Amino acid sequence: MKWQGRKICSGQATGEALVSSMGISFFGGVDPESGMVVERGHELHGLSIAGKVLVFPSGKGSTVGSYTLYRLQRGGKAPLAIINAECETITAVGCIIAEIPCVDQIPIDELQSGMQVVVDGERGIVATLEQ
Amino acid sequence: MKLSKEEQAMLDGDHGKATQKAMEILVALGTIYGAERMLPVTSVQIAGVSYDNLGEAGLHFLTEMVDGGGRARVLTTLNPAGMDIENWETLGIDPEFAEKQTRVIDAFAQMGVITTCTCTPYLSGNVPHYGEHIAWAESSAVCYANSVIGARSNREGGPSALAAALTGRTPAYGMHLDKTREPGLTIEVEASLVGNDDFGALGKVIGDQLQGMDSKPIVFLRRVRQASLEQLKSFAASLATYGGAALFHMEGITPEAVMHDPPADSLRITATGLENAKMEMTDCNEVEANFVSLGCPHLTIKEIARIAELLEGKQVVKEFWITTARPTKQIADRMGYTEMIEASGAKFAADTCCVVAPIKGRFTGMITDSAKACYYASGKNQFQTILKPFDEVVFAALGDGLGETTL
Repeated sequence: MKWQGRKICSGQATGEALVSSMGISFFGGVDPESGMVVERGHELHGLSIAGKVLVFPSGKGSTVGSYTLYRLQRGGKAPLAIINAECETITAVGCIIAEIPCVDQIPIDELQSGMQVVVDGERGIVATLEQ
Repeated sequence: MKLSKEEQAMLDGDHGKATQKAMEILVALGTIYGAERMLPVTSVQIAGVSYDNLGEAGLHFLTEMVDGGGRARVLTTLNPAGMDIENWETLGIDPEFAEKQTRVIDAFAQMGVITTCTCTPYLSGNVPHYGEHIAWAESSAVCYANSVIGARSNREGGPSALAAALTGRTPAYGMHLDKTREPGLTIEVEASLVGNDDFGALGKVIGDQLQGMDSKPIVFLRRVRQASLEQLKSFAASLATYGGAALFHMEGITPEAVMHDPPADSLRITATGLENAKMEMTDCNEVEANFVSLGCPHLTIKEIARIAELLEGKQVVKEFWITTARPTKQIADRMGYTEMIEASGAKFAADTCCVVAPIKGRFTGMITDSAKACYYASGKNQFQTILKPFDEVVFAALGDGLGETTL
């Protein structure tokens, strides 16, 4: 499968998808040292976003969350890439300052955790690899 | 987005790495919000200054922008820091925190940012005029500038405001456009409003209503007879905190109100509604409250004069912080207000405030006149709160009404 979305931040990455149907708050919701989702009641609670192609509808919460993405990247615990249904300011700014490829306007319902996914930030393209 | 030649050159890296990163941020925001072009801005206010919020990552990012040749192109001022820059030791700030905070301030200064450290830039030399396009972070100042002055700013975050400073641009969307500034909900204010606490409570009542709505309309307030600068400052802060609002219109008071008819959808705010909001912000016994705070947003010189008058010759019995901008404190110094206030045992905390200072765990109950301060005290710092009128907050610091003697 292959989709044309919208470029938010350039860069390319290939990796395993981690899909959430819930929004993510990077500030407070993700541990900046480990990359673990720590928000209580979140469907990804206890899972690490490090090294994953992180797929979620949209970001939420404090604008300081942009710096959390930057901190994760510096510690080697950032996602490889981010795919959103609709990207918002916190995630977009975080991806740019942390240099994480990011594409939005993708039908994320069709992606599942565990799929191998290619993200081309510059061209705004997301594709799945055949297993 | 359509970029000018100069903007494209910034994006291509011709003006250095920091300017490039800044333009990348603005282009991404412009893309998300459907902006067709960039607008030149004349004034920037940057938030994300307290090390308590920025952390090591934020400090590193700022250092990277300095190293990348970042330089403010327009008048740019700073939000409060996590401490009084000159007097942090007296206020019990950890030396390690002070060292990190100083590095944050220095990084901004190296980029040509004026380190005012206040949430009321419009009281300290960063005063846009009507219709001017600006890029401000600090939600209360954005709401004040849009509404009371009629300048035009979106609610910027720390990095996007810095990006605007380094490029002198902001994407043309949201509050910069006429159609986004049209009111969608009339608020009939049927309660009488006396002090800052009343205006703050009004902001909370309206803000709570807005949070429950799918699309947040701009509100158009009617029947507010008069409002001082201080009261508008309180209201703007509260409406921005509880309702995420960037703009309000107030009939007979704010400049753009005359351009609009009251929207058909309307909401009544009664005295009971206001009282309920105040009760929600009061969950602490006054005897147990161990922290008193005035200056959210930062106090005007008029407010400081009043505190001095009330404290003269008396002694406070509770830890009492008075937060304001450094330039305002300097006027207070000259007028002798500082001496009168400090003689009572109350403390000035310039450059900082109780929202961004690292005071979690130091106090358990706070008395204030600010609805915004109540929000952050109970959430971020997990204090209980008491909302009172301005003068009564000072009396509470003196222990009046508690049966305790004052010297």
